[in-house]
Amino acid sequence: MRIPPGVSSKDFSSALQEFEAAVGKPWVFTSDEDLDLYRDSYSPVWNEDEEPIPSAAVAPDGVEQVQAIVRTANKYKIPLWTISTGKNLGYGGSAPRLRGSVVLDLKRMNRVLEINEKNHYALLEPGVSYFDLYQYIHERQLNVWIDPPDPGWGSPVGNSLERGGGYTPMHDHFDAVCGLEVVLPSGEVMRTGMGALPGAKTWQQYKYGFGPHVTPIFSQSSLGIVTKMGIWLLPPPEAYLSGTVMVWKHHDLIPLVEIFAELQDSGIIRGTTSFASPFWLGPPNPELDSLRASGSVKPLEDYAERKKIPYWSLPLPFYGPAKVVAAQWEYAKEKFSSIPGVTFQDGPSHRFPLGAEELAKIPDTVPLGIPSLHIFSLLPPGSQGHIGFSPILPMSGEALLEAMTVFDRVHSELGAGRAALVVLTSFPRALVIIDLFPVERNVERNRKTREIYRRLIKEAAAHGWGEYRTHTTFMGDISNTYSFNNHVLRRFHETIKDAVDPNGILSPGKCGIWPKHLREEKA
Amino acid sequence: MKTMGIRLAVVLGLILAAQALAAQEQRVPSAWTPATPSAQGQPRGYVEYQKFCSQCHGQGVGKPGTLALADKYKGEKPALLEKRTDLTPEIVKIFVRNGISVMPFFRKTEISDADLDAIAAYLTRNNKKP
Repeated sequence: MRIPPGVSSKDFSSALQEFEAAVGKPWVFTSDEDLDLYRDSYSPVWNEDEEPIPSAAVAPDGVEQVQAIVRTANKYKIPLWTISTGKNLGYGGSAPRLRGSVVLDLKRMNRVLEINEKNHYALLEPGVSYFDLYQYIHERQLNVWIDPPDPGWGSPVGNSLERGGGYTPMHDHFDAVCGLEVVLPSGEVMRTGMGALPGAKTWQQYKYGFGPHVTPIFSQSSLGIVTKMGIWLLPPPEAYLSGTVMVWKHHDLIPLVEIFAELQDSGIIRGTTSFASPFWLGPPNPELDSLRASGSVKPLEDYAERKKIPYWSLPLPFYGPAKVVAAQWEYAKEKFSSIPGVTFQDGPSHRFPLGAEELAKIPDTVPLGIPSLHIFSLLPPGSQGHIGFSPILPMSGEALLEAMTVFDRVHSELGAGRAALVVLTSFPRALVIIDLFPVERNVERNRKTREIYRRLIKEAAAHGWGEYRTHTTFMGDISNTYSFNNHVLRRFHETIKDAVDPNGILSPGKCGIWPKHLREEKA
Repeated sequence: MKTMGIRLAVVLGLILAAQALAAQEQRVPSAWTPATPSAQGQPRGYVEYQKFCSQCHGQGVGKPGTLALADKYKGEKPALLEKRTDLTPEIVKIFVRNGISVMPFFRKTEISDADLDAIAAYLTRNNKKP
């Protein structure tokens, strides 16, 4: 039997018996065979000593059962690690941060509790997946859109609390959260925002309630177990239109980003997009990479001109009334026309609802609010998973050029060729740059990946760039970089953690925050 | 890939031109299959298959499992699992509980043993009887 650290086998057996009494014997998992299903399929530490394999998993089907589990965990000081659908692959999957934790698997809590078509929101349990939610809406022909992230098997509750992103105008997922129900480490149930008012009619319509706003402290957090979450949805737009802006010189990136920022901050571009360049972004290409050897951008600009391949391109998504999106694209073209030599290309456009035949021809439905797993079809055959290093950059071409240079240098210095980078506009007023790494069932290669990853963390932090979210393996490393004024933010987090979770039972180590009894050991 | 929703298309879009061609060939005029068709009148294995497997192994464009199997078998066997006649219940269970490539293993809170039995029965329904 695997046992949580610091817990006697007698206490653990007693705790398991109480878990079984709370949820029923079939929903407490202790065999190696069952617990192997809680390993991280995309682990960068697969089969190494530090791989965080759990000691048990327990799967409640309601808030009262969660409360009972938490009370038992407090009694025996059992570390719990909460998952929603367990599909947070690339960030730890269904595995804990601390080896030997008991996974609190909320997948069975999969009820869509409410959808409001007039004020466009939903109230969900954590085990609902994006596929489930879309299906629920689709079957009932409800007048709302959801915003899925790339893979649709994850949880809207889990993804929003992890501050993930999507592609439609509701792409900043935590920004769409309105009202939580949380089981606190004491076992008490708390509701945030308007939910604190008994009989409130606006729990999902006004975020802040009264007094200090605490909903955000349950995101990327170990302070409570979210059992219900309100989420704002989008009224279905009449139309989607896309067009691509193409520029041909290296330094055109600077006005390209500047004009994009103005359009985004003005609400004219409301969906997520990504910048592209055959030379700097996307998969490494030996032929094009060799053009960079001279250190000059002239050969790259010449190649772009000769081959008629834009140096930088930016697809723009527009959502709204058909007349409006057409006008927005025209307006955007006017604005970008200040860049000498700029060219434009119309992209796909759709009117909603889509017909079945039209829908069947669209490989990637995610930007249209329909969850999918299409993204996996873009991975090379034989891939076993991936992780990404993804710091937040200023919304500026200068910052992007600097970051791409730094990332490439780190890869090159560590003998790893050129970085494979993606740049997304998932969050307002900033860029996310993502350096993608394959993970494998190969200890040596994973060690190399971790070496590069950790070097990037340091280099990025030295430039003032910090990650927005990370795999459990690197949570301590990232937390260390948010060190302003002698780590006062982490010390503040620890003060709150110790106050609300004195036994340190909830998700120890999440985002680098350890309970008191493990703090020195894990620092 | 992650739930954050990182669009890898930009990074990886160029990599698999061959798969993109395969995707063209896979196009079918039938309606897109919603994530979970109505359970009414359908066997449990079909329903569970639609819920947990079809988004990757279904018919139509953008189905990575189907594309990967098309690439692997190159026409020797159907890329669609639902058209196979050589799968055994045991092999279905091994893949679901062990994963393969980017397909992760599935926990019992997602696909219970009974649901997995039903999926295995559904995928072996057309096998020749011994």
